[in-house]
Amino acid sequence: MSDVSTEIEPIQDPGPAPHVMRNADIDPKAEKRAEQQVAILFGLSGISSLLLIYSYVFIASDVFVFIPVMGNQNVQQLGLGLGMAFSLLFLGLGAIHWAKKLMPETEVINHRHEFRSSDEDRDELVKTVKHAAAEVKLGRRSLIKRSLGFSLGLFALPPVLLLRDLGPLPKKQLETTNWKAGTRLVTDPGNRPILASDLEVGAVVQTLPEMPEETERLLSDIAKDPVLLIRIREEDFQLSPEKLAMTHDGIIAFSKICSHMGCAVALYEQTTKHLLCPCHQSTFDVTRGAKVIFGPAARPLPQLDITVDAEGYLIARAPFNESVGPSYWERNSQ
Amino acid sequence: MTTAEKRLGNAADFVDERIGAAGWVKKSLNKVFPDHWSFMLGEVCMYSFVILLLSGTFLTLWFDPSQRDVIYEGVYEPLKGIKMSAAYASTLDISFEVRGGLLMRQIHHWAANIFMAAIVAHLLRVFFTGAFRKPREFNWILGILLLTLGFVEGLFGYSLPDDLLSGTGLRITSAIIQAIPLVGTYISFFLFGGAFPGVGFLPRIFTLHVLLIPGAFLAVITIHVMLVWYQKHTQFPGPGKTEKNVVGHPILPVYMAKAGGFFFIVFGVIAFLSAVASINPIWLYGPYTPGQISAGSQPDWYMGWLDGLVRMAPPLETHAFGHTVSWNILIPALIVPGILFTGMALYPFIESWITGDKREHHLLDRPRNVPNRTALGVMSITFVLVALINGGNDILATNFHLSINQIMWFSRIGIFVLPPLAFVITKRLCLSLQRADRDLVLHGLETGRLVRMPSGEFVEIHEPISDQKRFILTSHEQAPALELSATDARGVKRPGGIKNKVRARLSKAHAVGLPKVTAEDLKEIEHH
Repeated sequence: MSDVSTEIEPIQDPGPAPHVMRNADIDPKAEKRAEQQVAILFGLSGISSLLLIYSYVFIASDVFVFIPVMGNQNVQQLGLGLGMAFSLLFLGLGAIHWAKKLMPETEVINHRHEFRSSDEDRDELVKTVKHAAAEVKLGRRSLIKRSLGFSLGLFALPPVLLLRDLGPLPKKQLETTNWKAGTRLVTDPGNRPILASDLEVGAVVQTLPEMPEETERLLSDIAKDPVLLIRIREEDFQLSPEKLAMTHDGIIAFSKICSHMGCAVALYEQTTKHLLCPCHQSTFDVTRGAKVIFGPAARPLPQLDITVDAEGYLIARAPFNESVGPSYWERNSQ
Repeated sequence: MTTAEKRLGNAADFVDERIGAAGWVKKSLNKVFPDHWSFMLGEVCMYSFVILLLSGTFLTLWFDPSQRDVIYEGVYEPLKGIKMSAAYASTLDISFEVRGGLLMRQIHHWAANIFMAAIVAHLLRVFFTGAFRKPREFNWILGILLLTLGFVEGLFGYSLPDDLLSGTGLRITSAIIQAIPLVGTYISFFLFGGAFPGVGFLPRIFTLHVLLIPGAFLAVITIHVMLVWYQKHTQFPGPGKTEKNVVGHPILPVYMAKAGGFFFIVFGVIAFLSAVASINPIWLYGPYTPGQISAGSQPDWYMGWLDGLVRMAPPLETHAFGHTVSWNILIPALIVPGILFTGMALYPFIESWITGDKREHHLLDRPRNVPNRTALGVMSITFVLVALINGGNDILATNFHLSINQIMWFSRIGIFVLPPLAFVITKRLCLSLQRADRDLVLHGLETGRLVRMPSGEFVEIHEPISDQKRFILTSHEQAPALELSATDARGVKRPGGIKNKVRARLSKAHAVGLPKVTAEDLKEIEHH
């Protein structure tokens, strides 16, 4: 393999191009000039550092200036940033200018060696290892070998076990929400119960389950409880009888947590009656029970069975009959 | 001898008598580094890493990585009195009340973006020039490891402020973890300390972000650079350069001055960007709450292609025996990237298996001279770019008045069609460039000067190129394809017939090229 390219006669290596002297190498004046240029660059760097210090100490943090294209800019922030930037840039430029103009630029040649060790070294190593292994007699001490394996195996377990208390077991947390039969829907934000008669056709309301005053809503509740109320004309629904029975007077309620990856499905388009998740653009058709009509989501948004209580406020007739949010291994999606 | 020299001498003597470093340091200072602009890309990675360490340390002095609720009482009016996590509140404080805090935050974020961009550029340089070949396969794999660490570190980093955008990113992260069959739900509950968003995730990723992962980075970068040092840098082919030597500037003083100066320039550019270009203005997003979201949610660009893959996935889930497998998450978020990164890490070994080439290589390839590899690289870039475009489909749709559905379908089809197309086109382009090289060597440079011959014919004057240039264009090696016959010398069928056939086919594809100009060809042309 090693001489493939020598089968044909290659073009000879002419050797490196002749060295060209730089101006500063031959002309003392040019050398002086280059020296001065480097000094100026270093000097500018120092001045920029002073700008930074000045901005830090003397410019108030609430002064703004309008700069075309950039808009309103905080003067202190700009002074600190530009001071730092230019002190660094000029320092770097100075060093490189110095290297390029004045430092020796002749190229040097190093030689490479092959990385493979010599055969003697390799043989020696194998011998040493074999010798050590023979001295330990590991092959013959099977009792020690087995018990060592046993203890090392067990030794590896505790570090994994010790991480167990990082969090609670999932239990039923992914399957349940705070919606129960009779829970009132309250607006989010605002926490007000909603009269079904107040919702016009076309209305969209984000709601949460009503909670007793003293309980605080955890973020993990808000990660699964939000429900979108949408009112459309009842004749626009194309639902199975069971799903239609879960609506009330043209009002339909869906989990707002995307069945794909759990983002809030926040975009509702009035004209098409489509819900769109801004994360991955899964699109759900409200009239057909949030059926997925586009995008990566595989399941419709879970629908909440709603009705009104004696006072006319919207309530859940039953909890969600499936898990809300993204899929997981234990989810029974049948 | 001056006093300064004397003092320095004494100090050096003190050290050397104790650790005997003179021999090693002397050898190291004579180390030669070849010069080429593309060799700076790795330096940009290292320097932006140092900048990340410095600016990150500054930020930790004020940042409070806690998810406990606080009421914001700071100077930023629009958020006054709003309940938020201590992490978000302290990020607001760094941005508005610590002088230079916003600058440092922006330096940290810009440096992270430039770090990742430089890693990618450096990786492409190494790939397209074949610098990963023996003996540098270890360093290639370490590089892939650094890139992977970069994804995780970046994701954790921009998640820490706990704003609405980053919280949405974590929501998606938790969904990806949950999608892992069997253990996903448990891992997610353990990591987050309960159901999403849990109580412990931010402090935990903070420890990972500022201690564990930077430590891993530091260790791997050290080995990466030490291997470059020990194995000596590769060099581009050219006059005077061989597989047995390395031509360049010694470390002291030229390389040191240039590299040192370059560090300050990288730092300066990042500081300049941070001074004039706002990045991740978290105060505009508001604190995270899982019930809300902002339109146009976008991860940082280096995660965008993964998000794009997730977006274009078909709505596939398997429901069986009371369990759910989300292929629409597993395939784009875990399986495809897993295959991609494993393939990338193994590529040096795959190529050497295809070519049967087990020798050391220190001279770099010109990409056009290895059409197959170059085409494969462009094909991979195309794949990632299509995914990245789809990752920004909502932004593209609003800015260019397109329909999201059209962009999504373009990507869904394009991800299968465009990469192979890119492969074919790139391979053709490489062969055309080889042809151009060949013409240049044989016939010289077209001068544009027309001469009328006595016979009335017009011809263009061609000027021969320099010996150096001619050598550069013809010094590459053209290895023939492997010959793997199905039978051995005695006519007995060899084992592994299909494997050999595949290998022979790949090898043939890899060896495609225009015959380069030889000295003989040149002699012949001189006779005419």
